[in-house]
Amino acid sequence: MSFINYSSREINCKIVYYGPGLCGKTTNLQYIYANTNQNAKGKMISLATETERTLFFDFLPLSLGEIRGFKTRFHLYTVPGQVFYDASRKLILKGVDGVVFVADSQVERTEANVESVENLRTNLGEQGYDLDKIPYVIQYNKRDLPNAAPLDELQGLLNSRGVPAFGAVAPKGDGVYDTLKAIARLILTELKKGT
Amino acid sequence: MQPQMVMYDEEFQQISAVCERLAREANAKIVFLVDKNGQLIASIGATQDLDTTSLASLTAGNIAATGGLAKLIGEKEFSILFHEGERDNLHISVIGGRVILVVIFDTRSSLGLVRLRVKKASDELNKIFEGLMKKVKVPGAGSPFAEITDDDIDNLFSE
Repeated sequence: MSFINYSSREINCKIVYYGPGLCGKTTNLQYIYANTNQNAKGKMISLATETERTLFFDFLPLSLGEIRGFKTRFHLYTVPGQVFYDASRKLILKGVDGVVFVADSQVERTEANVESVENLRTNLGEQGYDLDKIPYVIQYNKRDLPNAAPLDELQGLLNSRGVPAFGAVAPKGDGVYDTLKAIARLILTELKKGT
Repeated sequence: MQPQMVMYDEEFQQISAVCERLAREANAKIVFLVDKNGQLIASIGATQDLDTTSLASLTAGNIAATGGLAKLIGEKEFSILFHEGERDNLHISVIGGRVILVVIFDTRSSLGLVRLRVKKASDELNKIFEGLMKKVKVPGAGSPFAEITDDDIDNLFSE
């Protein structure tokens, strides 16, 4: 849930990057961290295992500028993608304002993507959110791999709601900012409605 | 779902005053207040060399994780956590089920003193937050973003 601070004239929102293991959630944040102006970002925190798999979450605070005299701050989180970290994923979804689903485009990961969306729906439901209603965008990552499934096939499988979707190559940054801007825009539009 | 969190100047001053007094009476180095989603509400003390944003996010993660543990063993939550370091210690407590109070202290204070002072401050902070929540529910206390236009949002991304 966004936090509107009239005292410091700030609005804070929480974005969670969700998706199956090794789909590139952390890579998205790393690219944003490496390519954002020093003044607009805080420190990136990664709670990862020794083999650099996300254990609990990654965290990156970003400032996007001002709207009507309010500083807009976005807190970006990733969840651990591996199936057995489900308890941690639930915790990170608490208080979320918008979700980015990072899908792994590789044909072999089709089932993992579908399972992860279902898991997202269940875990959001437990927190009282509806995946069909909250600000939500999808990113099809790893478009540069030879075994990437066609976009329309992925859309048919994963995007029944018809939310904004972007192809991406996260390590190169392709589609990374487009995805971030789209989710930020949806969150701000939701705030405008005053829900 | 949690209710919308809002902070006004009046309540912020009251909260800061309680935190300042707590820091003084508990001989603490730093006192800060975080909401359960990891957003910093207030910080008092020697925070200039400290990454308070990260501290806030990790504190909330910590409370969320121990809250998960609590549920597994049939507890509602662990409302107080204490981390002992070589030099500095962290005392973390949940207030009214929605905000987290963190006190950082060293050998100039003691766990007993901090616990005692935190208890008193918690009651005061809880009252302030209860009032704040009521204020938020009053009609007309709408979002300042109700008036923003699509152009405002576009401008944010045009740079």
